[in-house]
Amino acid sequence: MKNLLLLFVVVLVGSVVKAQTVSPSETLIRNATVLTITRGTLTNTDVLIRNGKIAAVGKNLNASANARIIDATGKFVMPGIIDCHSHSMLDATNEGSLAVTSMVRTEDVLNPTDGDLYRALAGGVTTLNLLHGSANPIGGLNSVVKIKYGRPASEFLFPGAMPGIKFALGENVKRSSAPNQPGVTRRYPNTRMGVEEVIRDAFTRARDYKRTWDEYRAASVKDKNLISPKRDLQLEPLVEILEGRRYVHAHCYIASEILMLINLADEFGFKIKTFQHVLEGYKVAKEIAAHGAGASIFADSWGYKIEAYDAIPYTAAIMTRAGVVVSMNSDSDERARRLNIEAAKAMHWGDLTEEQALKLITLNPAIQLGIQERVGSIEAGKDADVAIWNGHPFSVYSRVDTTFIDGTVFFDRQQDLARRGELAKERARLEQADPNKPPAQGQSPQLPRRRPRSHEDGEFIEEERP
Amino acid sequence: MKILLTICLICVPAFAQQIGNPTTQYGVTPPRGVFAIRNARIVTVSGADIENGTVVIRDGKIEAVGANVNVPAGAQSIDGRGLSVYPGMIDAGTNMGLVEVPQGANGTVDTSEVGELNPNAKAITAVNPHSAHIAVTRVEGITNALTAPTGGLISGQAALINLLGTAPKEMAVVSQFALVINYPRIAGGGGGGFGGFQQPVNLSERLANNERQVQQIRKMLRDADAYGRAQDAYAKDKTLPRPDRNVVLEPLVPYVRGEQPVIFRADREAEIRGALRFADEMKLKPIILGGNDAWKVASLLKEKNVPVILTGIFTLPSREDDPYDALYENPAKLQQAGVRFCISTGDPGAEVRNLAQYAGMAAAFGLSKADAVKSVTLYPAQILNVGDRLGSIEAGKMANLVVTDGDLLEIRTRIRYLFIDGRPVVLSSRHTELNDAFKNRK
Repeated sequence: MKNLLLLFVVVLVGSVVKAQTVSPSETLIRNATVLTITRGTLTNTDVLIRNGKIAAVGKNLNASANARIIDATGKFVMPGIIDCHSHSMLDATNEGSLAVTSMVRTEDVLNPTDGDLYRALAGGVTTLNLLHGSANPIGGLNSVVKIKYGRPASEFLFPGAMPGIKFALGENVKRSSAPNQPGVTRRYPNTRMGVEEVIRDAFTRARDYKRTWDEYRAASVKDKNLISPKRDLQLEPLVEILEGRRYVHAHCYIASEILMLINLADEFGFKIKTFQHVLEGYKVAKEIAAHGAGASIFADSWGYKIEAYDAIPYTAAIMTRAGVVVSMNSDSDERARRLNIEAAKAMHWGDLTEEQALKLITLNPAIQLGIQERVGSIEAGKDADVAIWNGHPFSVYSRVDTTFIDGTVFFDRQQDLARRGELAKERARLEQADPNKPPAQGQSPQLPRRRPRSHEDGEFIEEERP
Repeated sequence: MKILLTICLICVPAFAQQIGNPTTQYGVTPPRGVFAIRNARIVTVSGADIENGTVVIRDGKIEAVGANVNVPAGAQSIDGRGLSVYPGMIDAGTNMGLVEVPQGANGTVDTSEVGELNPNAKAITAVNPHSAHIAVTRVEGITNALTAPTGGLISGQAALINLLGTAPKEMAVVSQFALVINYPRIAGGGGGGFGGFQQPVNLSERLANNERQVQQIRKMLRDADAYGRAQDAYAKDKTLPRPDRNVVLEPLVPYVRGEQPVIFRADREAEIRGALRFADEMKLKPIILGGNDAWKVASLLKEKNVPVILTGIFTLPSREDDPYDALYENPAKLQQAGVRFCISTGDPGAEVRNLAQYAGMAAAFGLSKADAVKSVTLYPAQILNVGDRLGSIEAGKMANLVVTDGDLLEIRTRIRYLFIDGRPVVLSSRHTELNDAFKNRK
């Protein structure tokens, strides 16, 4: 009984567990081992943060009098981890009713109070690529965010990140695990042939739509009285893809469907920016490299469905050697907390160097999101999105001490520990509050809303809508 | 890949051939023999580390271990310089070999029987020795798994297996180790699925349903107890009416008599407390499997001396206001409270190979490194009642050994040699094969 009660207070207490955001304009991290990513590993090195940017990286740096000074002797500083495939903080993941939903936007469903964001910060993660689910060959638009937990959703959005969109191929799009229901027609497509046709059809329409607008714009220079064509919110993002102004992040598994999309994109003259998951990418690494696509993968997930049965943990190494820009993502609020471990696996299974493996969760995903000038390495001038670890982040025994975004602390382990007593007291107080008293006999308690948190790639609607 | 094998005292070709036998991963059991791992660091787990020592393996067992052990004549020898020897890791919470592809391939799923009460569903019957999961797991240093059915209220019986063998019988260490019960949980609400939210529930109805489920289990266990007594009585006095044999109740008898353990799957505090009460009432020998909230019940677990197989190290805390590291810290808290525990992935099969990282994460959050190693070697062996046969490097124990190039739990460490049941195991799997096939594609 008591335990049920505890459940009821979650919503109330949850809002209290937020990061303390302390932000002096200057912070000096002293005497750390700095994993710069682009300039090697620097020992006994200082990192100076000023006005949200990395001001300097070097030995014996000076800070102004009111700077916050952190002695990081024996500790490691690395760039904030970038997770190139997340569904965190989304109140809805899939608009699964149509096969082409390029008109819907994840930006409209951001929930900045999602407690799992804080847990990701505690794993040194600072940036997320929030993707629509994989129910549709052409899904919704993405949002790239910095995890500014405790701030309004509008402050999360990463300024200047390249707009993106989710595509998906294979079992989820075919809705392989959705049962046939009597009297209900299955959604088209139902095969990998149909998937290709849906994307081809959409881009054929987008090309015509683009031509209509191009012609209108050219003609309207001479004739200001021309009436513009009707806008089509579904096709506009596809035109942006054709014009190279929007990145395609394409969920896929098996080699044949990867090649299908490469061929289709080549034919229509656009690029796939990343293949997501791309479990059989190691079989067609040279074709992926030739197209110029990146790959954003799991370290070692395999076998959870038929199209994942040929996945191997050597994929990161094989594709990296072939010249593909590879990142390691979570696709799960749980796994997002330990992407350092996931990246280290590329050294266990694949002979990547430490620098190559570190890039899987820093610079490479930054490149894949078009934010490499801002984040992904520790260099003067870049955003001060960094984490201090108590040991090498590739050691399983290490954990994060402090996570900064734009120079502001969004997670600090000592602060977290210090506040636990206070939270326990608040919880005890809330348990006594009227709304949390047990319901009368036979009545139903109000349970908190809860978003599913682990997608493990099954990220499409399991239940048919009524 | 560099040649891993180095010295072989007498017959280099024969030994190399054995270790490299490519058929091994398909489940053809390699022969035992006499082996010596020399000049290695030996982490015995049960005693002090030996910085430079020798382990001798003969006919499946560890014959000798120490700093000054002679290599027997005829032994095939491994140069262990720069390497470490550990006991093989044990995952006590899997469905290894019972499921190949969980989603979209029901034909490969043998975890869950129809109905609520299936004490006679025995994991050892259905374990597939040729599952790709087995070789994929063991090449990461995991030599043993407890594999358990999952369905209904009484799921069936779990088996402790070696991750090597051509037939279930060859793999079995303990074929019927424990009865597995899903302790009924008070469901928090239906609905859900992707994009869905919990529906309101009628609490009284849920509680009543929960009690009905407990009663179903209670009734079956009591029936089994009565059945056992009737059979005993008849065995002593043949003039009594002969009770019919019952294949469902019969296997339950040693469990209801407290002779063999009963594993209760229970994660939340209410379920753990419920399972402990129920075990007391029925005089069972309980083990908790799951144990996400065990840190909240530590004093009671200690008082009852009930061990916990922790499967949730990498699970998100269930409540928003739980500390972010609640489950990372769970092992350290249990250790401090004196509760017996071990660490498991709780994974069906594919991810069991990551067991070392679960233990390593516990060490990042308070558990000592030595205890972290024990939590995947000696502790599970003890909880599975095979502490005298597995889990440490001691003379007389089964030779389930892992030779590494570094700290067993570190991610970057690689396994160099593997022995299961004293048999040298080739370090290949479906994954190494696919890698070999594609890594040089031009």
